[in-house]
Amino acid sequence: MNFKLSEEQAMLKESIARFVQDRYDFTARCAAATSEIGFSRENWATFAELGWLSIPFEEEHGGFGGSAVDTMVVMEELGSGLVVEPFVATVLLFGGLLGKGGSAEQKAANISAIIAGELQGAFAFLERQSRYELADIKTVAAGNGSGFTINGEKTVVFNGAAADKLIVSARTSGAQCEQQGISLFLLDASAAGIEKTAYRLMDGQLVANITFNDVAVSADQLVGELDDGYRLITDVINEVIVAISAEAVGIMQKLNDTTVEYTKTREQFAVPIGSFQALQHRMVDMFMGCEQTRSLLYRAVCSMDDQSADAREIEKNILALKVMVGRIGKLIGGESIQLHGAMGVTDELDVGHYFKRLMMINTSFGDADYQQQKFSALTNSG
Amino acid sequence: MDTNFSAEDLAFRDEVVAFLETAWTDEHEAHLRDPQAGMQAIIDWQKRLHARGWLAPGWPVEYGGTDWTTTQSFIFETERATAGAPDVPPFALKMVAPVIYTYGSDEQKQRFLPRILSSEDWWCQGYSEPGAGSDLASLKTKAELDGDEYVVNGAKIWTTYAQYADWIFCLVRTDSSGRKQAGITFLLIDMKSPGITVNPIETIDGVYSLNEVLFDNVRVPVENRIGEQDQGWTYAKALLAHERTAIAGVADSRRHLGEIRELARQEVSGGRALLEDPAFQARLSSVEIELMALEYTELRVLAAMAEGSGPGVESSLLKIKGTEVQQSVQQLRIDVAGYYCGVIAGESGDIGHSFGSEARRAYMYGRASTIYGGSNEVQKNITAKFVLGL
Repeated sequence: MNFKLSEEQAMLKESIARFVQDRYDFTARCAAATSEIGFSRENWATFAELGWLSIPFEEEHGGFGGSAVDTMVVMEELGSGLVVEPFVATVLLFGGLLGKGGSAEQKAANISAIIAGELQGAFAFLERQSRYELADIKTVAAGNGSGFTINGEKTVVFNGAAADKLIVSARTSGAQCEQQGISLFLLDASAAGIEKTAYRLMDGQLVANITFNDVAVSADQLVGELDDGYRLITDVINEVIVAISAEAVGIMQKLNDTTVEYTKTREQFAVPIGSFQALQHRMVDMFMGCEQTRSLLYRAVCSMDDQSADAREIEKNILALKVMVGRIGKLIGGESIQLHGAMGVTDELDVGHYFKRLMMINTSFGDADYQQQKFSALTNSG
Repeated sequence: MDTNFSAEDLAFRDEVVAFLETAWTDEHEAHLRDPQAGMQAIIDWQKRLHARGWLAPGWPVEYGGTDWTTTQSFIFETERATAGAPDVPPFALKMVAPVIYTYGSDEQKQRFLPRILSSEDWWCQGYSEPGAGSDLASLKTKAELDGDEYVVNGAKIWTTYAQYADWIFCLVRTDSSGRKQAGITFLLIDMKSPGITVNPIETIDGVYSLNEVLFDNVRVPVENRIGEQDQGWTYAKALLAHERTAIAGVADSRRHLGEIRELARQEVSGGRALLEDPAFQARLSSVEIELMALEYTELRVLAAMAEGSGPGVESSLLKIKGTEVQQSVQQLRIDVAGYYCGVIAGESGDIGHSFGSEARRAYMYGRASTIYGGSNEVQKNITAKFVLGL
């Protein structure tokens, strides 16, 4: 039993921290976020050069073959730097689906391009009505003899504006909310019949609503098994939930450090405000919240990397983690603003921006209340 | 980073489970519910642990400890709690013994440690005073040297199990001229000494465990002093972090939560199991999630200790969160009991839930957990100062 990073992991962490330190201050970050594609291609090329984009992929596809702990290390540092580049959308979601469910041809044609930084991807799974139910899908892929014709609309597609390729979930059979009957398809974002409307979310990321009007795909564009896409989706999204939770822990730590530092320098009534016990106890609550969340993060990644771990235990660990990320994220974000006083509500200070990312992380793939209900159902069932 | 058990760890766990199956019996369990018979059950339990060589895992091997790894200690604690066996009372084994083997003389070690292991000597802790609670260093009980004896005068309070104790370890003031932390001396005092009076304190759980201990010209031989005169604070402080870590009671909360889930599954509310009530379910899950986090926080602290760093300041976090979880768990059990949490055992006949009375006792005495060992607010002060640097 140990909670230490390997030498390799420590170097990886150090390399990302150095990038943020040297090249990703808040001004640079805002410039990247407000650019036309929502991130910096130059930064993305650097990520590729430094090997970060290869981490979760298997070695036979040119990847690093990283563990859950490796991804955690990357995401925590990206969180700390409030990095807006679409690592989650392209590498973990799009790349994760291909890595876990793609055919040999699909992997060969795409994974090395992702690793090289040449391919941007997105996973279009959400619809207007679905809220957090991944199986609530109305988009239809109707069989037409040789292939399928896709019709429907997807919303809030992460990296949807810049993606060169998409994976879309569509119903090939079954009723609207059934888990059976969902299939995934890989297609060019520029395919005929695809329309994109891009917009920004509060955390700065550029997303898109994407409509599919009689978009034709062939059978070899299917990712994974026909009608059996739900399992693949949840497998990948569970991993992504842990990854964005690591990002959240990086943000929480950063907000806590920033806030403690601020209260040591800000003076009122002729003393640093950090000397007031009322504020100290609030900061201790923030500290404890961050440490408790970190403990659940370690619990989740250790169980994911443990070959002998029970699948139900892993799922329970992930649900618990996401609940706490949501709750503590709000606590720490809100308290950071409170302790910064009026400065905390200005757009100029990065504190509010970190908080907005925490809020989007809470919402992504199911918020704390939603995940807690799933947690209850799972723990009380047996 | 991993939390996998090695093959040796797994073999050790089997050994522990096998031991517990025979050593902790249903009879012990039944006695525990009765405050009087409970003490006998605990002494018997200690003797069984001692016979197996497992009574004092934290002690150095030369004094009768085990050479368990941190992981093995964790495994033992987890299995012990799962089996429903209680933690041993900490005063002798986890509080005074480490002070004796770390700072005591060879004579003191030979005199006291074997009798602790054999359960011949029962100890209580004389730290708190009417005027010194979380601000422990402001204690006033005075010891004056007279020849080769100290003469002790003053009062200690909230002394758990003083009524059973053969010895009390005390912090006393030997010098009040300097800082309040200076001038404190660590004394071991025979409870049979003339001049000691033990007065019981009634508590809201209805169980007699706390006392006031008065010292009226009690004479204590100098040979019963630990280390140097006026250095007692240093000796005591080194052990406080261990105390806080032990107070967290993580493994026990896990077992209690499991029991509550089963009780709530059986309890019917409006035609369905209470466990299916959305409000109850949400609270139960919130507590469980906090506990899952705490289990790993504890592992992280243990892993750091195995690396050679002490439990340190993170022990405050464990103490705060551990006691908060304990209280949440006690609250849930009270809520499951419904009306019957108000029933006083022995006065109701055979009415209502048998666990109601026990649930109330635990809940009421549990109020103390966020107060003792340094109140949680003081733990926050410590964390703000030493972790956050405020």
